[in-house]
Amino acid sequence: MSESRPAAVQPTYTTSHIDFVEFEQGYELVVGLEVHVELATATKLFSASPNRFGDEPNTNIDPVTLGLPGALPVLNEHAVELAMRVGAALNCTIQACTFHRKNYFYPDMPKAYQISQYDQPLNVDGWLDLPGGYRVGVERAHMEEDTGKSSHVGGASGRIHGSDYSLIDFNRAGVPLVEIVSRPDIRTAEQARQYVTELRGILVAIGASDAKMEEGSMRCDANVSVHRAGTPFGTRCEIKNVNSVRSLGRAIEYEARRQIAMLEVGERVRQETRHWDENDGRTHTLRTKEDADDYRYFLEPDLVPLEPSPEWIERVRESLPMLPGARRGRLADLTGMPADGEAIMVVVERGQDQYVEAVGHLGGDIGRALVHVKEAFAEQGPEPTVPATDLALLTKLEVAGALTATQAKAVLAEIVANGGGDAEAIAAAKGFEAMDTSALEAMVDQAIAADPDAWAKFCAGEGKAMGALVGAVMKASKGQADGKAVTALLNAKKA
Amino acid sequence: MSDLAATPVTAAAIAAGVRDGSVKAVDVMEAHLARIAQREDEIHAFNLVLADEARAAAAAIDAAVAAGRDPGPLAGVPVALKDNMCTRGVPTTCSSKILAGWKPPYDATVVTKLAAAGAIAVGKTNLDEFAMGSSTENSAFGPTRNPLDISRVPGGSSGGSAAAVAAGFSAVSIGSDTGGSIRQPAALCGVVGVKPTYGYVSRYGLIAFASSLDQIGPFTTTVHDAALMLDVIGGHDPMDSTSIPAAQPSLVASLDRGVEGLRVGRITDLPDGADPDVLERLEAAFDALREAGATIVDVQVPAFANALTAYYLIAPAEASSNLARFDGVRFGLRVDAPDTNAMYSATRAAGFGPEVKRRIMLGTYALSAGYYDAYYGRALKVRRLIHDEFARAYQRAEVLLTPTSPTVAFPFGSKGDNPLAMYLCDLYTIPSNLAGHPGMSVPFGTGADGLPVGIQVLAGTLDEPTMFRVGAALERAAAHEGSAR
Repeated sequence: MSESRPAAVQPTYTTSHIDFVEFEQGYELVVGLEVHVELATATKLFSASPNRFGDEPNTNIDPVTLGLPGALPVLNEHAVELAMRVGAALNCTIQACTFHRKNYFYPDMPKAYQISQYDQPLNVDGWLDLPGGYRVGVERAHMEEDTGKSSHVGGASGRIHGSDYSLIDFNRAGVPLVEIVSRPDIRTAEQARQYVTELRGILVAIGASDAKMEEGSMRCDANVSVHRAGTPFGTRCEIKNVNSVRSLGRAIEYEARRQIAMLEVGERVRQETRHWDENDGRTHTLRTKEDADDYRYFLEPDLVPLEPSPEWIERVRESLPMLPGARRGRLADLTGMPADGEAIMVVVERGQDQYVEAVGHLGGDIGRALVHVKEAFAEQGPEPTVPATDLALLTKLEVAGALTATQAKAVLAEIVANGGGDAEAIAAAKGFEAMDTSALEAMVDQAIAADPDAWAKFCAGEGKAMGALVGAVMKASKGQADGKAVTALLNAKKA
Repeated sequence: MSDLAATPVTAAAIAAGVRDGSVKAVDVMEAHLARIAQREDEIHAFNLVLADEARAAAAAIDAAVAAGRDPGPLAGVPVALKDNMCTRGVPTTCSSKILAGWKPPYDATVVTKLAAAGAIAVGKTNLDEFAMGSSTENSAFGPTRNPLDISRVPGGSSGGSAAAVAAGFSAVSIGSDTGGSIRQPAALCGVVGVKPTYGYVSRYGLIAFASSLDQIGPFTTTVHDAALMLDVIGGHDPMDSTSIPAAQPSLVASLDRGVEGLRVGRITDLPDGADPDVLERLEAAFDALREAGATIVDVQVPAFANALTAYYLIAPAEASSNLARFDGVRFGLRVDAPDTNAMYSATRAAGFGPEVKRRIMLGTYALSAGYYDAYYGRALKVRRLIHDEFARAYQRAEVLLTPTSPTVAFPFGSKGDNPLAMYLCDLYTIPSNLAGHPGMSVPFGTGADGLPVGIQVLAGTLDEPTMFRVGAALERAAAHEGSAR
């Protein structure tokens, strides 16, 4: 929703006398998130105009989009289907629902009301599990239409006040949205970031939205309050204009400190809507509760109730792909690595977990494959060009001790650069040879003998001295020695 | 050129003649345009007459017939369109200054269907601004006069469409009925007017007054023509989610079945307010139907008395939202001002007339936080009650009979200063809008000052076939009574 903003100067709160230690000790943070997501339909929610980002302004329009007199909305079935997918993926009850009119004037709001859902939304009572297992309740995920987009030309602020004139692009008007409202279950800025990141992953996985915050196809408002543990929730402020996951965390932390600062000096937090300013890193009053619009909701008489059949709901639930959380769990089971560890998080987010599994099916070592894919496949999509058999062979050589970790890394780099390759042949071409323990031990002894000073220091407990010894072995082995094995030998000899 | 006065009058006769080549559409059109030229200055039925376009369309119809093509069931029939139906490239004003200069880029579904059936639009008719009123006195472009007595109103809000048919400017016309805006002017102008079941006719392209109550219907000189019109304009429209998906049986086919064995309900607790001359005609209508073989039964509809109050909360509430889009941003009037909010205010202050402003304020208030439950919320409960009570009444009687209007056509200015007196004009027509049921007004003799009285026939959801049987019986009885005099 677009907002007009008062120009009044707002008091700002420095954070110098409130640090996070005090924050964590004395206060508890309570956050609920409202996330708007544009659905990836071909056409708009109530008309046949294309739903496409980035087109020439005011080309994807029609009488319904422009709210011309006499035009009537007709509900897009595909939008309903996608909204139901969102509900199903968030473990919601999907139910019969109605549409309401939310009435307010704004130039980029063509009908002067937004068709939204009010007391009977499509999806209710779900949840989303964060990667570490923390569960955040989802109160509802309802359908509504997007507004057009205003740009204010001239003036210093880029806002409507003080501008010379305003331009409106109605291409976005009528684009289908789902608004996902969490329960106030989030307790840290990090959880808020995780919630949005996880939600984004789910939305992309189910094909409901491209969920790009930078393009505005995913937008996030945060309801933030603080209170002393064991006391009732504090008065909340709604933070708007948060345009990235990073900003979300910054905005929540700033806002929490601002509220604590007020409470600490005996002031009360006013319920209001605040605007996050990315440039000064602060939130500013947009409007107070007293200034809030009375939206005069009433049942949209131009639409009939939406009653998805049990069969339709069932079909939607059954058609869902495996969601990121489940995929991480599966990979954790297969590799023995933590589900919320970096390697699994990254690989699943890239959609390369299927690939990693395929390497395992081909007899490769799935744990090593996971790490290799995480390290070396950043540029590859969900369907890497490197044949899974090639990666499988590489990990087999590692397991067999034919390649050290360091050698394997070099071979992998070449495989990735060439879009595939026989690990054995590449290793041979590079002159890598399997190095047995006795050869390595000889090199270690040689290094100790060559630098008794370093050896003495190492034995005296100076960790830094180890680097010189390992470096000498690496040099002697022309980089083919396994660093870990060298370290192990040094430690063994010291003991 | 043939004798213009000799061209047929009814849509059925015009279409039949045009289709078999015995009548030329251009002659029919010239006859109507001649009557417009003669009397439109004093009647002011139209906001816009489309003479050139109508002549060209008539010639095209004749050419089609000559080429052996069937131009459709309304071939060559001149039709007048209430000026709240969107017509592509043709100004559509709602008789409001706020739509000054606006030409819709699309046709209403009803306009498309009429043209496809061979009907020819002769013009856009005057109305109370945004269909809010019962006399056309609320038009920003001046009132329409009743062709039967130009010192009196034609009723409203579709007064221009009623007058156009009564004056012979068009064979048929199209109106919209939110609380009686077709039936009441039909009664006051002595023509047939039908508000079908909600959803019977697509509202796509009808500029909304109150979306849950608005319904499009015809004005005609005969019940048969009204059936013919509804057979053309009715039916499901994918562009209107509230249009009824079920197939609709032909109403023309139901006309000749008589009323033998039908039960006709007399509402014993009908709210007072009708003049004695009107009530006399209602009794005569019951008698006529009894003679034709129907049984008269008593029914009670206690919530009838609360309908007006509920209506004047629900209709303005929806209107306050529907009319919010007239903001000067995208179309119509814009009064420039230093900032956006001031532009909204200046535009809407200049563009809307007093009755429209009154209803926007009423409706905004009724929906506001803190008042919703007491006003809009309660009105919705009354609406449900009215629906249920009528549904029960239709189990005892297939149709109900009431006066259409409490009075015959009244003089200009007689209610203009008193909104409540004007609102009472729709006392008997409003309940069927709230219930979504069909209703029609059939001329049935005359009352005070020799002015026509309309009898309203009400029926249950989608029971237009029975309603039309009764309407046709009343029409036959009135003709018989007239010829006996």
